[in-house]
Parts: sequence; C-alpha cells; structure tokens
Amino acid sequence: MAEIVSLAEAIERTVNDGDTVAMEGFTHLIPHAAGHEVIRQRRRRLILVRMTPDIIYDQMIGAGCASKLVFSWGGNPGVGSLHRFRDAVENSWPAPLELEEHSHAGMANRYVAGASGLPFAVLRGYRGTGLASRGAGIADISCPFTGEKLTAVSALRPDVAVIHAQQADLAGNVQLWGITGVQKEAVLAAQRSVVTVEEIVDTLEPRPGGIVLPGWAISYVAEAKGGAHPSYALGYSVRDNDFYLAWDQISRDRATFSRWLDEHVLGATPSGARQVSSARPGAVR
Amino acid sequence: MTEYTADEMMTVTAARALRDGMTCFVGIGLPSAAANLARARHAPNLVLIYESGTIGAKPDTLPLSIGDGILALTADAVVSVPEIFNYWLQPGRIDVGFLGAAQVDRFGNINTTVIGPDYDQPKVRLPGAGGAPEIAASCREVIIVLRQRERTFVDSVDFITSVGFGAGPGSRQRLGLGGAGPQKIITDLGVLQPSPHTAEFVLTGVYPGVLVSDVQRQTGWDLQVSAELAEIPAPLPEELAALRALQAASAEGTEA
Repeated sequence: MAEIVSLAEAIERTVNDGDTVAMEGFTHLIPHAAGHEVIRQRRRRLILVRMTPDIIYDQMIGAGCASKLVFSWGGNPGVGSLHRFRDAVENSWPAPLELEEHSHAGMANRYVAGASGLPFAVLRGYRGTGLASRGAGIADISCPFTGEKLTAVSALRPDVAVIHAQQADLAGNVQLWGITGVQKEAVLAAQRSVVTVEEIVDTLEPRPGGIVLPGWAISYVAEAKGGAHPSYALGYSVRDNDFYLAWDQISRDRATFSRWLDEHVLGATPSGARQVSSARPGAVR
Repeated sequence: MTEYTADEMMTVTAARALRDGMTCFVGIGLPSAAANLARARHAPNLVLIYESGTIGAKPDTLPLSIGDGILALTADAVVSVPEIFNYWLQPGRIDVGFLGAAQVDRFGNINTTVIGPDYDQPKVRLPGAGGAPEIAASCREVIIVLRQRERTFVDSVDFITSVGFGAGPGSRQRLGLGGAGPQKIITDLGVLQPSPHTAEFVLTGVYPGVLVSDVQRQTGWDLQVSAELAEIPAPLPEELAALRALQAASAEGTEA
C-alpha cells in the first residue's frame, strides 16, 4: 500500500548513494520536481537509467549525482545536444560518466523483462549495429523452436523507479493518461517506487487510454503540482517549449549552469513555491 | 518564380516521396516537417506514427518533440512504448521509416552515436540510437533525410547505429533484417538511391541550379552518377505556401 508523504520524504526514504535509479517519462510526465529533490539531497554515484535522458538528467549529471548512464537517446528533444551530458562524457566534468547504450526497442524490452520477473527479453533488434558489438546486456540467441537468430537483452531491475502522473486517490492508487511511455513497466521492474502527482483526488475517474497503477504496487506517492515542468501533464499543463530552447543557452557553459542550479534548484523549496513561468537565459545572467 | 531555400527544396522533395495511405514511422526534425507537409498536401490519409506511441497523429502544427501533446490529442490510438516497438514496428506492419542522421555512408548505414574513431574518446558525443536501429531494420523501406556535406556523407561511418546495406549486397539478408532498407537519401542538393548491383548510393536526381560536381564535392566517397539522372522540379508555389504555413503555425504555437 503506497504511503502518501512529502516529496522530500519520498526521495529520502528510497534513493541512496550508489543506487540504480530510473526516472522515466517519454517526453510527457517527466518527473522534474523529483529530480530536483535528488539534486538537493546531494545523492552521489547514482546509476541513472532512462530511455530518453533529457534536461532533468542533464541537470542531475551537471550537479554531480551520476556515475553511469544507461540509456537509448540523450538529447534536448527538438533542440539539440545536452551540454552537461556531453561535458561529462567528453571532459569528465564534474565527474566521469560511464555509458551503457541501447536502442529504444532494447530498453523498452529490458523494462518489460524486469516487470515480468524474467531474466531477459527477446527481440528482433541490434543486428549488425555497433551497439550489439559493444555488448552490455545484449547477446545473440537462437529460437528454440525454429533456430532463428534473435537478440536477447538483459532485464532492468532498478533499485528505484520515479515517475510523475496526473492523479492519485487517497488510497495511493495512481492514474496517468496521454503518452504513458514505459512508466508502468519501470515501476513494476523496480524494487522501490515513487510517484509524484499533480493532484490527490478523492476517487479516480477512468480516462480513455488511462493506466491505473494500484496503490499496493507503489512504495510512495507525493503531491507535486507542476512537478513535470518544463515537460507537461496532459489535462493540467502544456509543454514549455520555450524552456527547452532556453536550456540550450543555460547549459552551454559551466558557470551559467551552476548559477542556474543554485538559484532554481539548490535555493528552491521542495514543494509549493515552484515557479511556473520559463526561466529565460536573460534572467540568469 | 518564387524564391526558396535549399532546406525547403529538401523538405518538399521528401514530402513528395510519401504516398497517400502509407503508414510512416516518423523521426523528429526534417522528417517530421516533410511528413506533415505531405499530409497537408497530397497525402491526407498518410498515417503518421511517432515512437512516443502515437498512431495516426494529425498535428496541425509541427511538433517540437516526438511527444508533444498535439500528437496524443489528435492520434487514432496512443499505445505504450513497448507496444509501439513490439506490436507495431517489429512485425513489419509499417511501410516507410523516415529518418534523419548525423553521418551516413556509401551503403546507407547511419551514425547518430559518436563522431571520431574512438567510442570512449569521442570528438563529438551525439544523442544515440533512439528508435532508429529497429526502424531501419523493420520498416518495409527507409527514407533518410539530411543535409549533404563532405563531413556527413562519409566513406564509412565512425559507428553503425542503424544498418542500411551493411557491408554491401547480401548483408541485410545475412543479418536477417526484415525490411528492404534505405531506398532514398534526400538531401539539400539532390536525391541518392542505392544501385541494385552494388548497394552503393548513387546520384539519381539534382535540384534546379545544382551541378553534379557540387554534389560530388560534398560527398566523402567517389559518388557515381546514374545514367538516368533527373532534374527534380522546383517547389510549386502551393507546396511552399503549405510548408511555410505549417512552420508559421508552429512558431506561433511555441510562443503561445
């Protein structure tokens, strides 16, 4: 049964230094507020897992939380590079970042295997690519029935999964709708889980295409209104595309990034006082 | 005659390559602009599929990301990410994969991972694979859209993120890749297509005012020219108007 706690408590009770942490969200419902809380609690040496590490992981990498990234696409969607990610990989700043690289199909299937309690998943994928020859968690396998050559990928079993959803009810049951990505699989693959929500309601109303995660399958629920910003929560907010564009400038050099981090994350409070408007590059100089 | 940019010529040419009623797995950026232009013009029943799980999305502005709300709100169905790859892409249900690239080689192999010979000490760290390796493997055919420069059109890519024709004829069959592979590379100078004999990409079309030697100068291999080299017609005023209207609507949407 999910316990409803504050965001700070939820992160404190689940995320330890050195943990493997999957903060999922496929362009929608990205758990930014939770990521900021991890930065404020100064967690270190995390193995960060995510299909599409974008600007929240860029911030966590730049803040020195991570030692390794397991991923399939690391960029600022529609804008370009993640400068903090690149600085870590190319120049080891602020710390070296080990990479374990996959395709989307591979990562999605690794979560499915984890959620299913299986050691690996099978797909038609990777064959002939440089990813296959680099090898971490990728192996050839023959179909036991036909002999066909396929690819096996090892299961992902994160210590903690963190996701953002639209609503939870008072019993901690969670509903998310719109683009739901791989969040259900991430929560079910992990040992512990935190779900931040826009709103806690008396009862959940079924939504078209909605996914309900029963409260007993979740460790902690925390209310974090606007907690996906600058990503969005369908029905509550729209994607702040201006911030994604602005991030390109904020993150480009170490000093500007560090000032932004001090002002907007380290100096901010965990809930309530979150700013809603875009932080433009002009405002941080 | 209406003025147009090389990028507009490229996007219009890519849009023309899509037929009405096709199913199309769309990458973000140039491919998305072209696919949406096709849907706005000659292919109203083009089924746009984004890796975020949106099937049959009908955006009226160009999405900035593959997960913009407009894609979910206008889709016929929104499915999970494991489902879009396992049930929809993997079995070969999708007609055409529309991909961008950072580097492409003479056999249409794509690199979006690292620039430089050493993976661990890259000159440039690129975003990585995303959905492209399996899109390139499993769509019935693939169209690649990117600007043509000597440093992006290389003899062999620094890293094979997604397989085109591998090491040449027979590679795809040996690897067991289901789809036919890349059938066109559409650039800001012209169009390249694979030779049926060598699987190497050759120049089959140039845009008005572009010389074959211009294209060869921007290609990192000894680019051969098809005997049936065509001049691709300039964008029609209606094509340009539709593309510019899409882009203007998107700019407004971003500012709103």
